[in-house]
Amino acid sequence: MRYLPLTPDDRASMMQRVGVTEIDELFADIPADKLLKAPLDLPAGKSELEVSRLLGGLAKRNLAASDAPFFVGAGAYKHHVPASVDHLIQRSEFLTSYTPYQPEIAQGTLQYLFEFQTQVACLTAMDAANASMYDGSTGTAEAVLMAHRVTRRNKAVLSGGLHPHYAGVVRTMSHMARDEAVTLPPDPAAGEDIIASIDSATSCVVVQNPDFFGNLRDLAPIAAACHAHGALLIAVFTEAVSLGLITPPGDMGADIVAGEGQSIGNPLTFGGPYVGLFATRQKYVRQMPGRLCGETVDAQGRRGFVLTLSTREQHIRREKATSNICTNSGLCALAFTIHMTLLGGTGLKRLARVNHANAVKLADLLARVPNVEVLNDSFFNEFTIRVKGDAAGVIEKLAARGVLGGVPVSRLLPGPGLDDLIVVASTEVNTDDDREALAEALKGAL
Amino acid sequence: MLNNQGRPTAPHESSAPAQSARKTFTSNRALQIEEALIFEIGGNSATGVDIDEPAAFAPRLGAHERASPIGLPGLSEPETLRHYVRLSQKNYSIDAGLYPLGSCTMKHNPRLNEAMARLPGFGDIHPLQPQSTVQGALELIDALAHWLMTMTGTHAVAMTPKAGAHGEMCGMMAIRAAIEARGESGARNVVLVPDSAHGTNPATAALIGFTVRAVPARDDGTLAIEAVQAALGPDVAAIMLTNPNTCGLFERDVIAVAEAVHAAGAYFYCDGANFNAIVGKARPGDLGIDAMHINLHKTFSTPHGGGGPGAGPVVLSDRLAPFAPLPFITRAGGALRLEEHGGGGQAFGRITAFHGQMGMFVRAYAYMLSHGSDGMRQASEDAVLNANYARVCLSDLMSPAFGARTCMHEALFSDEWLKGTGVTTLDFAKAMIDEGYHPMTVYFPLIVHGAMLIEPTESESRASLDLFIMALRDLAFAVKRGDTARFTGAPYFAPRGRLDETRAARQPVLRWRPRAPVSDAQAAE
Repeated sequence: MRYLPLTPDDRASMMQRVGVTEIDELFADIPADKLLKAPLDLPAGKSELEVSRLLGGLAKRNLAASDAPFFVGAGAYKHHVPASVDHLIQRSEFLTSYTPYQPEIAQGTLQYLFEFQTQVACLTAMDAANASMYDGSTGTAEAVLMAHRVTRRNKAVLSGGLHPHYAGVVRTMSHMARDEAVTLPPDPAAGEDIIASIDSATSCVVVQNPDFFGNLRDLAPIAAACHAHGALLIAVFTEAVSLGLITPPGDMGADIVAGEGQSIGNPLTFGGPYVGLFATRQKYVRQMPGRLCGETVDAQGRRGFVLTLSTREQHIRREKATSNICTNSGLCALAFTIHMTLLGGTGLKRLARVNHANAVKLADLLARVPNVEVLNDSFFNEFTIRVKGDAAGVIEKLAARGVLGGVPVSRLLPGPGLDDLIVVASTEVNTDDDREALAEALKGAL
Repeated sequence: MLNNQGRPTAPHESSAPAQSARKTFTSNRALQIEEALIFEIGGNSATGVDIDEPAAFAPRLGAHERASPIGLPGLSEPETLRHYVRLSQKNYSIDAGLYPLGSCTMKHNPRLNEAMARLPGFGDIHPLQPQSTVQGALELIDALAHWLMTMTGTHAVAMTPKAGAHGEMCGMMAIRAAIEARGESGARNVVLVPDSAHGTNPATAALIGFTVRAVPARDDGTLAIEAVQAALGPDVAAIMLTNPNTCGLFERDVIAVAEAVHAAGAYFYCDGANFNAIVGKARPGDLGIDAMHINLHKTFSTPHGGGGPGAGPVVLSDRLAPFAPLPFITRAGGALRLEEHGGGGQAFGRITAFHGQMGMFVRAYAYMLSHGSDGMRQASEDAVLNANYARVCLSDLMSPAFGARTCMHEALFSDEWLKGTGVTTLDFAKAMIDEGYHPMTVYFPLIVHGAMLIEPTESESRASLDLFIMALRDLAFAVKRGDTARFTGAPYFAPRGRLDETRAARQPVLRWRPRAPVSDAQAAE
């Protein structure tokens, strides 16, 4: 086996040194009747070539985003990632290192985490960010738990514009922890009166911007209403590139920000691994979940970085920890940081403008397709259309024509009333030809 | 003096040997380059991407355009490359050296797996594109699930957990759901956790509303069936047990523990962090577990990436299988289908937005295919042999925690042998850094004083292991000779000396600000 360096001679002499004659003597604590005598009923090992062939075959059975006019968003977005990003994250010293628990030999990881935290804080216009969460949805659930800790209340109010899967994750956690989560009805028109749902028992209100249907929302009045009731505003986003162009949550009074960072630096990869961005106000820093990197000095007074405030964490606090999280999304955070460094604020803003321009072009084009109605007044790079007929069926018809045309809302929100809606995203990767292809395919399918 | 970024630095007071104390103009030391933060290098108008402004158009942003500056600098591509390459050179890695972190399983990360995960058919597909266009991806997840179930002797697996602790949470949620379905949710609220458990176990139990009851371990670190029986009662929902445990020992009484737990109407959650010791040797399902997470980033070699991303699928017993979270895969005729909305079942809900860590699934499956049934069994045997070899070769100088008892894939030592020497476990670990080794896991598990937990994994050759052992023996002799300076001031040769963690926690500086946070006055404190 090409990954195992010990030779049969090594094994024999090492067993002698250890004082056993059979390897199974080292497994003697396993009950004898449970020790497997024969190999498992699984295939034998394969060469690199054989594995490549087998997995290459499976990969070919999927339609890659780059091989089709592609307009699928709703929580994960296809963007161009510069080649240097993937090159750098595959460096051995980043790829094959552990959590930086020995900071003297992990300054590379720690410094990029410090850069990452700073970038996230600047993008969201918040005071401080952590070293990342698993993804946007789990980060949102952690934000709700954090709000419960801060306010000592346990009722969350979830906007009907929150990504349905994010709402689902929050509801699961709330149910298990005996907390309350009130979910407002799906809100494609961004017309809900969420302020009316806030009362003195509310710990937090969770609002997504741009929302699941693509609408841009003003969070400032909601923040004011939250604060008047002693509740926190949790602002969620699924498209990090939007922060280059739209008002950031920190400028609208958000107390906690939880978002998905996949769009910057990370490929689609069928939903994971992604990178959750998490930021808050200075006064709540010690209530944050997850890892934090902080600046300090070494024994010689030189600047250095360490994981800090670990007294919040599970390995110290055990059942009193702020979270059970024992990891972050390190390499995805690195990809985010490198891509963000390449962009800079200037490049991000330009990228965001291109995204918005492409989405506007697409919206204008689709609005002219018979039996298609664009619902949004405002949007960033995705919006919702109403089609005549069953949206899921339409999307299947488009796929049969080689066009990945968006996400039928009913896939995430089954049930009556929403089955004619499609969320359509357009990023910098789309060309005029792509947009024409979608419009033509829609004409054919409707 | 100033370093190359013009930032003030404190006087250089190294206790390192003279040849390393020579100052340089730049503060660099040959290949060790001091590197500023991007915020100190880059300019706010600089960028490393070529993006044209779009042609004039009528924006649809309403009144929501960003007014405040983003305030983030950019770098050109060559500057970006240089910055991150220099940072990388300050990191230890498994590719560069032995990484004996007990309980972390730092094994070789095959590059084939990286290449496979980047195939467009896996890396460039969207979680919400029509299922008819991702049948190959669903096939891969289903095949990986089959391998995991076969290796563990179970019939169900939840694939979506994003990391080990997330898997624990998933498994404990399934247990909570099962208890609710039995109508006992008010009555069973206690989870038994042994002293030796990972911190995530009690944290997870508490997170979803369980009360933690500690169970003491025997002197040899294993759990006595009597202690479990004494702690069990009608209020107990589950036990969370790591097996092999965090002391590197297989729980001999595991069958009796499982029977007692089941007889009391509770469930057996197994922490699978140490599964690497027993793949192909024993199946946890045969040992009576109800749920066990598998750290794909440990046992199945998906890279640790400096602390993630991981992946933590959870295998489930038949009793818990109906409560597995959404989404899951079903097969109808020839096609696979992702069940995203329950279909009338008892699924306890959703724990993440999409379908799990696909990038990790591809890597882990490539690892399994490469090893095969025979190779994985051999890997576990080699991992256990390497740990025992290290244990035996160090036992005369250091203090094995459990005498001459054999271990599984990691060998535990206490700091008994350091008593009265003026050298602590931490000092010893830091001196290992100067010898070019990442330290072993230290001060964990908590039940052994000054613990040192060594897990070489199967990836180390005999020659590599022998050199590591000789280096540790040389350090141990130095301790016994009274050469304490080699330890108490270590590391001397790393990019940084020991860092002031107290200061970091007392005055948290979690982001860069335009004014350098470490002023001369602060540095002089």
